[in-house]
Amino acid sequence: MYRTALRNVLAHKGRLLMTMLAVLLGTAFVAGTMVFSDSVGQAFKNSQSASFDNISVQVHNSAAGSETKASDNNSSALPLTDATVKRIAALPGTQSARGTVTGFAGLSDPQGNLIGGRGNTQGSNWVAGPDGRDSSYPMVQGAGPTDSHQIAVDQRTAQKNGFKVGDTVRLAVDGPVEQMTVTGIFTTVDPQVKAGGSLVLFDTATAQHFYLKPGQFTTIQAVARPGTSQQQLLDQVLPVIPHSGNITAKTGVQLSADSLAQVEAATSGMRTALLAFAGIALFVGIFLISNTFTMLIAQRTRELALMRAIGASRRQITNSVLLEALFVGVFASLGGLLAGIGIGAGLKALFGSGGDLPSGGLVLSATTVVATLVTGVVVTVVAALLPSIRASRVAPVAAMRSNDQPATQKSLVVRNSIGAAFFGTGLAAVLYGAHLGGSDGRLPVGAGAGLILIGAFVLTPLLSRPLIALVGPLFARLYGVSGKLAKQNALRNPRRTAATASALTIGLTLISALTVIGASVTDAVTKEVTSGMTADYAISMTLGDPISPTLLPGIKGTAGVTAASVLDAQYVKADGRELSVSGFDAASFSQLAAPAMVGGSADAIRQGALLVSEDTAASHHWTVGGSTRFTYPDGSTGTVRIGGIYKKNDLFGPVMMGESVLAPHTTAPYYQTVLVKGAGGATPALEQALKDSTGRNPLVDVQSQKQMVKDFSSQISLLLNVMYGLLGMAVLIAVLGVVNTLAMSVFERKREIGMLRAIGLERRGVKRMVRLESVVIAAFGAVLGVAIGGFLAWAAVQLLKSSLAGLTTSFPVGQLAAYVLAAALVGLGAALWPARRAARLDILDSIKTD
Amino acid sequence: MTTTLLTAAARAVGLSKVYGEGDTRVTALDQVSVEFVQGQFTAIMGPSGSGKSTLMHCMAGLDSVTSGSATIGDTELGGLKDKQLTKLRRDQIGFVFQAFNLLPTLTALENITLPMDIAGRKPDQAWLDQVVATVGLSDRLGHRPSQLSGGQQQRVACARALASRPAIIFADEPTGNLDSRSGAEILGFLRNSVRELGQTVVMVTHDPVAASYADRVVFLADGRIVDEMYGPTADSVLDRMRRFDAKGRTS
Ligand SMILES: Nc1ncnc2c1ncn2[C@@H]1O[C@H](COP(=O)(O)OP(=O)(O)OP(=O)(O)O)[C@@H](O)[C@H]1O
Ligand SMILES: [Mg+2]
Repeated sequence: MYRTALRNVLAHKGRLLMTMLAVLLGTAFVAGTMVFSDSVGQAFKNSQSASFDNISVQVHNSAAGSETKASDNNSSALPLTDATVKRIAALPGTQSARGTVTGFAGLSDPQGNLIGGRGNTQGSNWVAGPDGRDSSYPMVQGAGPTDSHQIAVDQRTAQKNGFKVGDTVRLAVDGPVEQMTVTGIFTTVDPQVKAGGSLVLFDTATAQHFYLKPGQFTTIQAVARPGTSQQQLLDQVLPVIPHSGNITAKTGVQLSADSLAQVEAATSGMRTALLAFAGIALFVGIFLISNTFTMLIAQRTRELALMRAIGASRRQITNSVLLEALFVGVFASLGGLLAGIGIGAGLKALFGSGGDLPSGGLVLSATTVVATLVTGVVVTVVAALLPSIRASRVAPVAAMRSNDQPATQKSLVVRNSIGAAFFGTGLAAVLYGAHLGGSDGRLPVGAGAGLILIGAFVLTPLLSRPLIALVGPLFARLYGVSGKLAKQNALRNPRRTAATASALTIGLTLISALTVIGASVTDAVTKEVTSGMTADYAISMTLGDPISPTLLPGIKGTAGVTAASVLDAQYVKADGRELSVSGFDAASFSQLAAPAMVGGSADAIRQGALLVSEDTAASHHWTVGGSTRFTYPDGSTGTVRIGGIYKKNDLFGPVMMGESVLAPHTTAPYYQTVLVKGAGGATPALEQALKDSTGRNPLVDVQSQKQMVKDFSSQISLLLNVMYGLLGMAVLIAVLGVVNTLAMSVFERKREIGMLRAIGLERRGVKRMVRLESVVIAAFGAVLGVAIGGFLAWAAVQLLKSSLAGLTTSFPVGQLAAYVLAAALVGLGAALWPARRAARLDILDSIKTD
Repeated sequence: MTTTLLTAAARAVGLSKVYGEGDTRVTALDQVSVEFVQGQFTAIMGPSGSGKSTLMHCMAGLDSVTSGSATIGDTELGGLKDKQLTKLRRDQIGFVFQAFNLLPTLTALENITLPMDIAGRKPDQAWLDQVVATVGLSDRLGHRPSQLSGGQQQRVACARALASRPAIIFADEPTGNLDSRSGAEILGFLRNSVRELGQTVVMVTHDPVAASYADRVVFLADGRIVDEMYGPTADSVLDRMRRFDAKGRTS
C-alpha cells in the first residue's frame, strides 16, 4: 500500500503539483504571518527593554499630562514635585534621580503641517548632569535646550525635515504657535522614537510650563547605587512619595514586563487578523485539494477496481489515498515553511523600510514550525478524506467495464435538499438579523452568513446549470462550435465545475462584501458631510481640543470670509437627562448650514428657538411649537421653544440653538468647530488665508468639505486595499484550482479533442474551447460570489445603520461588474497552459483506443 | 456507369512511412501506390500490423508521410500546413473510427452536423433529412450518445461523415466493436451511400464478410500492396486471406 501510494504520487506529480502549490501557498501565509509577528514582537521587546535598562525604579503620576487636564480640578490627585525628586535622590540606595515631564508636542514641518500623527510626537525635558550632558539623550550635534525658546530634536525627525542646529521651527503644544530655535540634535533609545515617532526636548521649566505646573513632573526615574537591588530601592522609595491613587512606583523589571505584555497584546491582535486571512486561503485550498483528489480517483477508477478485484480491502484503498495526501501535505508544508520565512522577511522589509519598526532579526519559533506543518498536513488529509472514501466505494466490477462513456452522474437530489436547507435557514437568519438591526442582529446575521455560504457551496452544482446555460446562446453566437462545446463542457460535471468555482466564490464573496460596505459607508459619510453643511471650511483642532476664543476675530476678519460661526459644544439638562447642545451663530446659520428639516423651520433659530434632531425630538416627545426647560451648565434654568426638527446628522448633534442664547449660561465656551463661508467658495487662497489668520498653527486643522470626505474615504480605501491584498492569496489559490481542473479535463477528454481535430476543428478552435470553459467557470464563481457578497453586505449595513446616520446600502455596480470581468480574465489566464496543451495534442495519439 | 468512375478521389504514389530510428525503425508503409476511384467502395485488408491504419491516416492527412505523395482530389497533402490540412479534413474528408466517434455532450443531431458547425456552414436541410432517413435515426436525433446503442452510435458517426458531402470517407474498422447484425446495418448503409448517393468510401476491416460489401478489396502485407480484388465475396476474400496465413506460416 505504501508503495502504491508513493508510486501514485510520482505518477501524477504534474497534477499533484497544483495541489502542493495550494497547500504551499496557504501554509506559507500561515508561516509568514507567524514569522513576521514574532520578529516584530521580538524587535519591539528588544527596543522596549533597552529603554528600561538604566531605570531601577520609576515613579509615575498617571494624572499628569496634557490628556488629563481635567485632573487639575481633581483634588485627590497629588503631584510629583521637585521635593519628591530631592527626597528620592537623598535615599541611601539612590545613585541618581531625575524628574521627567512628557506630553504631546505639535511640531510643524517646514510647510506648516503637523509632523507625525497625534500620539507619536512627544515632548519631554532635557536634564543636564554635572558634565552638561543628559545620558538619555546623547547629542550628535549642538547642545541641550536651556531657555524657553530652545528645543532639541531627535535625529531622524531632523533629517527627515531638514532641521539643522540654529534653525527656527514652529511648535504648538495646546495653544498658540511658538517659534523655537533648534539647539541640538540627539539620538535616543526611546521606544516610541524607534517605532517612527518624533521627540523634542525642552528645558525642564519650559516642559513644566507646557504640560504641568512649575516644579512638577510626570515621572521620576531613579538609578540604584551598586549593591542596592531594584526591589530594595523601591522599598526605600515608597515611603517618601505622595500616597495617592494616581501615583505608582515600579521597578525597571516590572516596567519591562508590563511593556512586554503590551507588545504581546498588540502583536497578537495583528497575528490573529493575519491568521484569519491565512485561514481563508487554506479553506479555499481545501476545495482545490479535494477536487484534485476526486479527479485523480475518477481517472484511476479501473485501476482501483482492479486492486479491489484482486483482493485489496476498502480500508486499504482509503488508506492508500490518504497516504498519498500525507505525502503531498508534508512536502507542501515544508515548502510552505520555507516560503513563509521568505514572506516574513519580505513583510518586515516592507514595513520596516519606512523606519516605523524597530530593527531586529527574523524569529523562527518552534511553534511556527509545528503549526505550519500540522496545518498543512491536516488540511491536506482532511480535504482528501471524502475522495478517499469515494475511492473505496469503487466496485470491483468497474474494472471490467469500458470507461468510454462518462460515468452517469449520481443524483444530486440529496445534495440539493441539504443545500437548500442550509441556504434557506441561513437566509432566514440573515433577514431576521437585518430586521433586528444593531448589535442584537449581529449573531443571527453572522451565523446566517455562514449557513448561506455552506448552503451555496452545496447548491453550486444545481445553480451551475441555469446560470451557465444563460451564456450558452451568447457563446454559440460569438464563438461558434468552440463556444457551444465550452458551455457544455462546463456543465458536464457539475460537481467538478462547482468545486472549482466555489474557491473563487469564497474570495469574491468577501471582496465584494467589503466593497459594498465600504462604498455604503463612504456614501453615508459624504452625504453626512455635504448634505447639511453649506459652509466651505470647517476649522478644528487636531487633538480634539476646543478652539481658543482668541482665534475667532482673526477667522472672522479674514479677507474673503462672508460668514463664520462657532459650534459651541455644551451640555444641558432637559427632562432630567443630559443633553448635548451646539451653540450656533444664529445670524449666519442660513449661510453655513442647511439641515434637512422634517418639521418647523430652520429660521426659527434666529428667534431664539431650538432646532432638534428627529430622534431626540421623538425620545423627548418634543413637537414643533412646544417648549422645554433647560438647566444650563452654570446652573441657571430657562424655557426654550422648539422651532424645528431636522433629520439626524452627526455634524449638528441632537440640538442646535443660538449661541447668543446659550453663551450667557455657560461657564466657559467650548468651540469644537468654526464653520466658514467664503465669498468665492472653497479656494486655495482662502484656505491659506485662514491658516495664516490662525497663526499657521500646526494643530489647527482647516478642512474643506472635499478634504473631509477625502480624508475619510482614503482611510477606508487604505483599509480595503490591505484586505483586498490579503484576500488576493485566496483568489490566487482559486486560480490554481481552475488551472488544475482544466488540465485534468483536457487529459480526460483527450480522445474527444483528437476526434474534433480529426474532423476539422483547428488548433485555435480547441484552444478557444478550453479557454472559454475556464472563463465560464470563473465568471460563474464570481457572479455567485458577488451576489452572495452583495447580499451579506446589505445585511451588514442594516446592522450598522443604527450607529451611522444616513447609512444605506449602495452598490458600486461598475466595480462589482469589474470584479466579474476580472474573474473572467483570470479564468482566461488560468486556461492558457491547459489550452495550449489541448491544442498540441497529437491527433493519432489521442484517438488511439487503449 | 458514368465517366466520373474513372476520376480518383484520393491517390497515393510511392507512399512510404517509417516510424522510429535505428533499432526501433519500423517501415509501416513501403512505396505504396494506390488510387481510390470516385463513387467506389474500397475495402483495405491485411494481417495485423500490415499498415492498413497507417495508410488511411496518411491519406487522410492525419499523419505525415516519410516519402512519396498523397492527394485528395487535386490537393497534394505533402505541402500543406496544419491549418490547411485541418480545413481539408473538415471539408473534404469524412471519418468513421472504430470507437469513440461522438462527443458525449452533444445530441445525435448535433454530432451529425458538427463538421458544418465547425466550418460555420448551414447544413443542406434536404440532404441532411435524406442522410438521417437513410441511417434510420429520425426518432433518435435528440438523444445523447450514452443513450444510444453501439450500433446506433456508429450509424450516427456514419451520418456525420456523410452529412457534409465529403469527397471521400475513411472508416477504420467501423464494425469492429459491433455484433454481426449491427455491423451488417452499418455496412449496408455504407454501400447504399456509395450506390445511391455516389459517395466514395475507403474502409479498413479484418472481416471478410464486411469486405464483401465493397466494390474492390486491396490487400496489404508488410506495408506493401500485395493484391486486389473486384466484386469480392466473403468466400473469395477468406480464400485470399488464408493464403496470407499459409505464407506467414511457411516463411
Ligand atoms: N506511432 C507509431 N510508432 C511506431 N510504430 C508504429 C506506430 N504506429 C504504427 N506503428 C507500426 O507500424 C506498423 C503498421 O501499423 P498499423 O497500425 O498501420 O497496422 P494495422 O494494419 O492497422 O494493424 P491492425 O490490423 O492491428 O490495426 C506496425 O508494425 C506498427 O507497430
Ligand atoms: Mg489498424
